[in-house]
Formats: sequence, structure tokens, C-alpha cells
Amino acid sequence: MEKLISILFIYILVDNFVLQRFFGICPFLGVSRKMETAMGMGMAVVFVITLSTLVTWLVHYYILVPLGLEFLQLVTFILVIAGLVQLVETFLRKTSPTLYQGLGIYLPLITTNCAVLAVALLAVRQDFSLLESVVFGIAASLGFWMALVIMSGIRERLDLAKVPASLQGTAITLITAGILSLAFMGFRGMLSF
Amino acid sequence: MIDNVYLSDISRGILKENPIFRLVLGMCPTLAITVLVKNGLGMGLAVIAVLTCSNVVVSSLRRYIPEQVRIPCYIVIIATFVTIIEMVLQAFVPALYDALGVFVPLIVVNCIILGRAEAFAGKQPVLRSLFDGIGSGLGFTLGLLVLSLVREVFGNGTLLAETKMAVQLFGANFEPMRIFAQPAGAFIVLGLLLALTNIVFKRLQID
Repeated sequence: MEKLISILFIYILVDNFVLQRFFGICPFLGVSRKMETAMGMGMAVVFVITLSTLVTWLVHYYILVPLGLEFLQLVTFILVIAGLVQLVETFLRKTSPTLYQGLGIYLPLITTNCAVLAVALLAVRQDFSLLESVVFGIAASLGFWMALVIMSGIRERLDLAKVPASLQGTAITLITAGILSLAFMGFRGMLSF
Repeated sequence: MIDNVYLSDISRGILKENPIFRLVLGMCPTLAITVLVKNGLGMGLAVIAVLTCSNVVVSSLRRYIPEQVRIPCYIVIIATFVTIIEMVLQAFVPALYDALGVFVPLIVVNCIILGRAEAFAGKQPVLRSLFDGIGSGLGFTLGLLVLSLVREVFGNGTLLAETKMAVQLFGANFEPMRIFAQPAGAFIVLGLLLALTNIVFKRLQID
């Protein structure tokens, strides 16, 4: 229990997946323009990461390890993730049109979100148990969501500010992210395994 | 004339469509592993290898891959080459493999590689795709080298640390600016470099 809670805190605040570990930077820069899209993307990512960590953990320990096929880990994981995203998309479209409208457009983008594959790989590399892996997935994706929402809030304000011509666009976004990351360094050393 | 097409395929990836400074793709490894020039160079070479191989295979299979399932097909091709590179690095340069960590398998989801497969190799002949892969890979490596050079010089006070050519740039009393080696430094340095390239490109009117 203690370990689960510390995993949760470490990967949301101390070792934030976006701001400290650099996973999922592309969507972080791409969809953080509006608060609304950031919320949608964040929710979709939490959903997919939690589910994919569960499935990839089971695939690794119940299929790859018994068959001695660990070297196929990468190919299998990325296929599982891509298939899962497709499945979730189809399932949502049939069963819950409202949820689909909210998350649907973000789902295809998630396959190439490196945070998803990173969580799956790190969960196996760090020898997490099934429950720990799922909590790790939830924590990492909540951290991603939080960073995305904070960033979108800042960028909505930034739209009204006068930014020098050469810094406009991605440049100022990256510098803002740097300052945000600096703020999160305050959590450094608070908790570790 | 024929040579010109291939030359422009290479130069486009390095200058006009530089993956890091112009397209802003593949940011995760760019920001994460550029603490030392050695790591930046290692990652750059790994990406050149994967990108060139995947471009060639995707391009040569382009008539046989059905339109609807092309993305999963591309991903499997890319993942195969990344697995090969991962094993090669692990076997021959274990120190570099450890330094790059999980970012070696994460080359699979590097947007540059899938992006080039989708935008270029899936439609163009094999030889042009080969040169496009080399060009984009070189452009990516160039970006990594510039970023890691700035971060290593200021954040570590060295040049080419952990190699045989390591140079201590400043005297013994130099206190490195650790922030450059931290995540926050990566974001800020890259932001400033992007601004700089914006200015340079505008002056030279390359756009």
C-alpha cells in the first residue's frame, strides 16, 4: 500500500512525466492551445494508458516470458497499443456517442504518444507487479493531464501578451514549459523509492 | 539533373525541413538525452540508421501495403529496425545504451520516422526515399548536436565528455551552471535556439 501511494505521488508531482521525464512532449506542445482540448486529450490519455499498461503487462508476463520471446517486446507492445486504441475508438463510437465526440478525435493521436509506450516499457523494466503497474499508469497519465491543463491555462493568457516576433509559436511555448519545469523541480527529493 | 533531385532530398531534411528546428518533431529524445554531446551523437546515429532503413523498406513495399492499414504496417516495420538497433547498441556500446535508457525503444514512436514514412516514403521511389531518410536523419542529428553542445558546455563545463577526446573547457574554479543539464534548461535552451533559427531563416529568406 505504501509503495502504491508513493508511486502515485512520485509520478504525478516529483517525476512528472512531461516536465521532468520528457515523455509525450509532442501532444504537450500540440494540443495545449485551448483548455477544452487539453481536458479532452488528458482524459483520453488517462483512459488509454491505464488500459494499455494492464494489457501489455499481461501480454509480457503470460505470453512473451513463457514463450521466451522477450526480444519481440517492442513490436508486440506497439501493436497492442495501436490495436487497443483502435478498439477503444470503435467501442466508444458504438456505445457512447457523447464520450466519443469528446475523446474521439484525440484517440488516433495517442498511438504515437510516447508516454503510452514509455509507461508500458518502464513498468516491465522496473519489475512492477500488476497492481503497481496500473497505479503507475494512472499516476503517469494524471501527471501528463495536469501538466497539459496547466500549460493550456498559461497559453490562453499568453495569446493576449505581446511576444517578440522571433519567439512566437513553439519557441515561447518551450520557454514557458522550461519555467514550469523549474517550478516542479521544487518537488525534487520529496519522495523516492 | 538526376543528381539534383537526390541532393535536394538530402538538403531539404537538413535545412528547410529540419526535424527539430523547423518541424519541431521528435521532441522527447531531443530534450531528454542531450545532456552530453556523446549521447546526442549516439541517438542521432541510431535515428539515421532506423529512418534510412524504414524509409527504404516502406518505399519498396508501397504498392503492396493496403491504404487502410498502412499506419500499423509502418509501425511494425519501424519497430523491427528499432529492435535491431537496440540489440546492436546493447552488444557493442553498452555504456551508451544505458545512458540513452528507455529512449532507445522509444525511437519507434519518434514522429519524424513515422512522419517521413507517411509523407514521403509511402509515395516516392526507393532511391529518393533513401536520400530523404539520410537527409532528415542528418538534420535531426545536427539539431541534437547543437542542443547538446550548448547544454554540455554550460551545464558541465566540458566538451565531448566521456570520450577519448574529452576537454575541460574552463579552469578548476569553474562552477558549472547545473540548470542547463536539468530538464528546465533543456526546454529553455531549445526555445531560444528555435527563436535564433527563426531570425536566421528570416534574414536569409529561406522560407
